[in-house]
Amino acid sequence: MNGALIGIAAAVLLALGLGFLAQRGRQMGLEQWTVAGRSFGAPLVFLLMAGEIYTTFTFLGGSGFAYGKGGPAYYILCYAALAYVMSYFMLPPIWRYARDNRLYSQPDFFVRKYDSPALGVIVSLVGIVALIPYLVLQFKGLGIIVEVAGYGGISSTAAVWIGAAVATAYVMMSGVRGSAWTAVAKDLMILVVVVFLGIYFPLHYYGGLGAMFDAIEQAKPGFVVLPARGESVWWFASTVLLTVLGFYMWPHTFGSIYTAKAARVIRLNAIFLPVYQLILLFVFFAGFAAILQVPGLTGPEIDLALLKLSVKTFDPWAVGVIGAAGVLTALVPGSMILMTTATLAANNLYRAFDRSAGDARVLWIAKVLVPVVALIAVYFTLQGGQTIVALLLMGYSFVTQLFPSLVLSLGRNRWITRQGAAAGIVAGVTTVAAISLTHTTIGTLFPVLPVEIKELNVGIIALAVNIVVLAAVSAAARFATSRQGALARSAD
Amino acid sequence: MRMVRALALLPFLAMLIGPFFVNRVTPTIFGLPFLLAWLVAWILLTAAIMAVIFQLDPANRDGPE
Repeated sequence: MNGALIGIAAAVLLALGLGFLAQRGRQMGLEQWTVAGRSFGAPLVFLLMAGEIYTTFTFLGGSGFAYGKGGPAYYILCYAALAYVMSYFMLPPIWRYARDNRLYSQPDFFVRKYDSPALGVIVSLVGIVALIPYLVLQFKGLGIIVEVAGYGGISSTAAVWIGAAVATAYVMMSGVRGSAWTAVAKDLMILVVVVFLGIYFPLHYYGGLGAMFDAIEQAKPGFVVLPARGESVWWFASTVLLTVLGFYMWPHTFGSIYTAKAARVIRLNAIFLPVYQLILLFVFFAGFAAILQVPGLTGPEIDLALLKLSVKTFDPWAVGVIGAAGVLTALVPGSMILMTTATLAANNLYRAFDRSAGDARVLWIAKVLVPVVALIAVYFTLQGGQTIVALLLMGYSFVTQLFPSLVLSLGRNRWITRQGAAAGIVAGVTTVAAISLTHTTIGTLFPVLPVEIKELNVGIIALAVNIVVLAAVSAAARFATSRQGALARSAD
Repeated sequence: MRMVRALALLPFLAMLIGPFFVNRVTPTIFGLPFLLAWLVAWILLTAAIMAVIFQLDPANRDGPE
C-alpha cells in the first residue's frame, strides 16, 4: 500500500466514524432518519445544500469540462447562483407547507397539494429514474479517484465496489444526520484542496493566471469563451435556464428544505450560497492548467484531467490528500442520494400500495432497499461510457419536468388539475427518454430551423412539451368537471 | 418591497442574456477572460442583492419564522 492509498483509506474511516457518532443517543424514527426532526439551523442546512453541490460532479466533472470544453464549463458557475436567488422566494412556502402537513419527501408534497396518491407514484418514479445517473456519477468518480490517485494499486472496479459498500453501511446506520456531519469534514477539506490547486497549478506551470489564459489563447484561440457553434451562447443560456429550474427539483435537495427549523434559515442561505459558488472558479483554473500540461485526454477521459495533473506534479502523500478529499466529495453526496432513493421507494412507492404500513415498517423497508439501489448503481457504473457532466445533465432533464406542476401549485389561483400535472410530467419525461435513447438533437428533428434554435439544450423541448400538455389536459379536465356539474344541476 | 424584490431579476438578465453581448476574451480583468470576469462579478453582485433584499424584507424581522 502506498502513501496515497493510506490517505484515502483514512478519509473513508473518518467518514464512517462521523456517521456512526452522529446517530448516537437518538431514537431513529422515520422523521429523524429522513429530515433530522426538522431541527437544523442555518449552518447545517447550508452545508446540506452546499454539500450536495460540491460533489464529484464539481471536483472531477467541473475541472474535466473546463479541460475538454473550455468556456461552456462556466454554465456550472451560473446556474446554482441563480437557483439560490429563486430559492429565496420559492422555498419558504414549500417549507411551511411541509411542516404544517408533516411531509417527509418530495412526492408527499405533490400528493397533498393535488390530493392524488397516483401523482405521488409518478413523481417518485421520476425522482428515482433521475437519481440513478446522479448516483452512478458519484461511484464513477470514486473509481477514477482511487485508481488514478492510488497509482493503480486498486482497480477502479474494486474501488467502485468498496465505495458502494461504505456508502451503504454508512446510510443504514445514521441517515441524514450522518450526511450533515461528514459534510462538515468534507467541505473543509475540499475547500482547502481546490483553492490550493487552483492557485498553485497556474503559478507553478505558467507564472500566473493571466499568463495561463494567454498561453491557452495562443494555443487554442477562443477556447476560454463560448464557441460560435455547438456549445454556443444559445446552448449556454438554455442550459443555465434548464438547470436553474431543475436545481431544487432533485428529491434529495427538495428533502433538505424540510430539515430547516425556520423559513428565515432558508432565506439567509440565499445570501451566502452564491459566494460559496466561487470555489468553482478554482476548479476551473485547475482544469485549464491541465490543458497544456496533460494534453490528449478525450471523451470520458477528460474527467481525469485534475488528478492526472496532480499525479504529475506532487509527491504521493500530497496526491493522497487530494484523493481523500475527492473520495469524500463522492461518498457524502453518494450516501445522501442512496438514502433519498431508498426512502422514496419505501415511503412513496411501497406505502402507496400498502396503505396500512406503519412508519417502523417503512423505515425497515427503506433500509433493506439501500443495498439494492447501490447494486443497481454499481451495475450502471461498470457499464461506463459517459462523462460526468453528461450524466448530470441527463438527470437534470428528468427532474426539471417536475418544475411546472410544482411551481403552479404554490399560488392561490389553482388552475392546474391533477390530471394536467400528471399528463405534463409523463409527457416531459417521455420526451427526455426518447431524446436520450435515440441521441436526437433539435437539429435532427427539425433540420429547417435556424442554427441558433438547434443549439438549444434538448431538455428545453421536453419542458415545452410538458407545459403544453399540462395546460391542455388541465383545461380539458376543468371543462369536463364543469359540464358534469352543469348536467347534475340541470337534472335536479 | 415590491420594487426591491424586482432587483432579483438583475442576476437572471446578466447571466442569461448578458453572455450574448460579453462573449469575448479581451479585455482581460485580473487575468481572467472578459466573459468569465463578467460572470464572477455578477455572482458577487447576486450575493449583495440578496443581502439587500433580506435586510429590507419584513418577513425576516419578527415572528418565529
